[in-house]
Amino acid sequence: MEKRVVFRSAWLPYALVAPQIAITLVFFFWPAAQALWYSFQLQDAFGLKTQFVGLQNFVTLFKDENYLASFRVTAVFSVLVAVIGLAAALVLALMADRVVRGAMGYKTLLIWPYAVAPAVAGVLYAFLFAPSIGIVTYALRRWFGIEWNWLLDGEQAMLLVVMAAVWNHVSYNFVFFLAGLQAIPRSLIEAAAIDGAGPARRFWTVVFPLLSPTTFFLLVINVVYAFFGTFGLIDATTQGGPGQDTQILVYKVYHDGVKAADLGGSSAQSVILMLIVIALTVAQFRFIERRVQY
Amino acid sequence: MRLKRMAAIMAAGMLCAPQAQAQIEIQWWHSMGGQLGESLNELANKFNAEQKDYRIVTSYKGSYPESMTAAIAAFRAGQAPHLLQVFEVGTATMMAAKGAVKPVYQLMKEQGEPFDPKAYLPTVTGYYSDPQGNMLSLPFNSSTALFYIDRNKFKQAGLKPEPPRTWKELIAAAEKMKAAGQTCVYTTGWPSWVHVENFSAWHNLPIGTKQNGMAGLDTQFTINSPAHVKHVEMLADMAKRGLFTYAGRTNQADSRFASGECAMATISAGALGNIIKTGKTDWQISVLPYHDDVKGAPQNSVIGGASLWVMSGRKPEEYKGVAKFMSFLSRPEVQMDWHMKTGYVPITLAAFELTKKSGFYDKNPGRDMAVRQLTNKAPTENSKGLRFGNFVQGRTVIEEELEAAFAGRKTAKAALDDAVKRGNEILRQFEAANK
Repeated sequence: MEKRVVFRSAWLPYALVAPQIAITLVFFFWPAAQALWYSFQLQDAFGLKTQFVGLQNFVTLFKDENYLASFRVTAVFSVLVAVIGLAAALVLALMADRVVRGAMGYKTLLIWPYAVAPAVAGVLYAFLFAPSIGIVTYALRRWFGIEWNWLLDGEQAMLLVVMAAVWNHVSYNFVFFLAGLQAIPRSLIEAAAIDGAGPARRFWTVVFPLLSPTTFFLLVINVVYAFFGTFGLIDATTQGGPGQDTQILVYKVYHDGVKAADLGGSSAQSVILMLIVIALTVAQFRFIERRVQY
Repeated sequence: MRLKRMAAIMAAGMLCAPQAQAQIEIQWWHSMGGQLGESLNELANKFNAEQKDYRIVTSYKGSYPESMTAAIAAFRAGQAPHLLQVFEVGTATMMAAKGAVKPVYQLMKEQGEPFDPKAYLPTVTGYYSDPQGNMLSLPFNSSTALFYIDRNKFKQAGLKPEPPRTWKELIAAAEKMKAAGQTCVYTTGWPSWVHVENFSAWHNLPIGTKQNGMAGLDTQFTINSPAHVKHVEMLADMAKRGLFTYAGRTNQADSRFASGECAMATISAGALGNIIKTGKTDWQISVLPYHDDVKGAPQNSVIGGASLWVMSGRKPEEYKGVAKFMSFLSRPEVQMDWHMKTGYVPITLAAFELTKKSGFYDKNPGRDMAVRQLTNKAPTENSKGLRFGNFVQGRTVIEEELEAAFAGRKTAKAALDDAVKRGNEILRQFEAANK
C-alpha cells in the first residue's frame, strides 16, 4: 500500500516549484548555454568583432599538449583532495564522537576552518609556507633539513595546494561524518561488541557500511569542490606554477577568461569541464552508488 | 604642509559646491592601491580644485587585469568609464579595439588642446604610439627594471661596495658572497619583463619580428636567439649553484631585497619607496647588468607600468574635460610631484629637467637612474617597446617556461623554443580575432 499525498489543485504544485526552477534556469542553464554559445566563437576582448568558428576553439585546445597535461594535474589534485579530505575528516569525526568531556568545544574548533574563504585559506598557507619567511619553511629547514621551495619544485607546490584545499574543506566533511556516526544505533555496535568483535572489526563491518551513504555523498561533493571550488586558493598561492604543475582545469578557465580576456577559449574549456563533471557524477551514481547501503 | 593643502582643497571644494549640478563628471578607473592611490587622488583633487567645469571621479577597480576586465564588461554593457588605466601588457589589446577607444592624439586635436608627442620621453612615447608615431594613450605611471644592491652585504663579503656593471662581474661578486655565507645572493622580480623584455632591449635584440609587434599583428617571437638562450642558461646555472634565488612571477622579490634577505636584485624602479620605508638595507641603485660580449649593449631599457586610455561613446563636452585633464597631467610641475612621491619616472623631458633643477637628484642619488637608463641611447626598433596581442597569456607562457629552465627540468634552449612556439600560437589566435 503506497502512501501518496496528492495536490487537489492542478497548478499549485507547479507554482510551488516555480521559484526553484526559475533560479536554476537563470543562474545555471542560462550561463551554461551562453558558455556553449561563446565556445563556438572567436571574439576580441571588447566584443567588437565576433566570428563563428565552429569547433576550432576545441581543436586548438586538444592540440595543445599543455592543456592535456592540465588534465593529469587536475586528476592528481582531485584524487588527493578527495581521498585525504575524506580520510582525515573520518578520523577526526570518529575521535570527536568518542570524546565525552568538552565535546562541544572540540566540534566547534573542528568546524571553524570552513568559515575561511578558499582565497583566504590560500593566503594563509602561502604565508605559512612562504619559501623565505614562512614559519613552517623555517621549521622544515631547521629540524628536518628539508629545502622547501615550491616556487620551483612542482611536487612541493602540489602538496601545498592539496594541503590548503583539504584543510579548508575538512570541516564540511567532518560535520557530515559526525552526523552520520551519531545516527548509527548504539544497539548495533553493542551487539557486535557482545559477539566479540574488536573496535577495528566493528568499524569495518558495522560503522563503515552504515556510513556509506554519507561517504558517497561527500565523495561527489568533494570531487566537485576540487574541480570548481579551488581556483581562488590556487590564485592566492601558486597561480598554477611552477611551470604548469598546479594548473588545474578550472584555474586555466579563470586565467584565460577573466585575466586574459580570451572569451572563446575560456568558454570552450568550461564546456569541457562541465562535461567532465557531469560524466564523473553520472559514473559515481552508476558504479559507486550500487555499493551504498541506505 | 599636507594639512594646508588638504584645507585648500576642501575650501575649493566648498566654493564649487553650489555649481555641482552644472559640473560634468569624468569617470577614471584605476589600479593604484595604498600610497599610490592616495597620490593619484591628490592629482584628481588638484584638478577639481583649480577649475569648476569638470570633476574627475576616481574609482579603484582592483589589480591591473581586474580593472581591465571590469572596463571590458562595462563597455559591453554600454557603461564604460571615460578614462581607464591599462597596464603595458594590455596595450595591444586596447590598440586593436578600434571603436572601443578614442586615440589620445585624435582627442587632443578635436578639442584643440596643445599636444606635442615630442615633449614626452621617446621610450615612453614609443611604447604607446602607432607605427605612424601617433600617441594612442597617455603615459601615466611608467617605471623600468633597475639593479639594486645592498652595500652592507658587499662589505661583509670583503668586496668593494660598488654595483657590478656586467653579468660576469655580478657572478664573480655572487660567488664571493656565497662563499662568505650569504644565502640569497641575487634575485629578480617579474622574470619575463626583466630577463626577456628588458634583457632584449638592453642588448638591442628583437623580442619579436615586425618591430617587436609594433608594425603588425603578424608578428612572431624571437626570444630563442643564441643570446637569449645563453642568458637563460647562465641564470639556470646560477640557480643550480645557489647564486640566484627565484622569488616568483610578480613583485615578490621586492620584499626579499627590502628585508635584507637578498644582496642583489633586478626589480622595478617603483620598488624604491618600499625599500626606503623598510629601511633595512644600505641600498644603491644602478643600471641593469649587461653582457659585454653582445655588440651595442647596453642600449636602453623598456618601460613597465600603465597608461591612460580614453574610451569611446561619450559626449563631446565630456571629452573636452578629458582633454583638459590630460593637459593638466602632462604639466611639468604635476609630473615632478608624481615622480618624487611615487618613484615612477617623469614622462616629459621638461618634468625631468625641472626635477633636476630642483636639486632632488643631488639629495636623492640614484633617483634619476630610471630615466637615464630609459634614455641611455636613442631607442632602436628593438628597444622602443613591444606590442603583442594577448600578452597577459604570452607572459604567463614565458614565465612558465623560464621556471622550467630555472628548475632544471628543461634546457634553456628547449624552454625558450617552447615559449616561442606556444607564444606564437597565442599571437595567431589574437591575429585571427582582430582581423
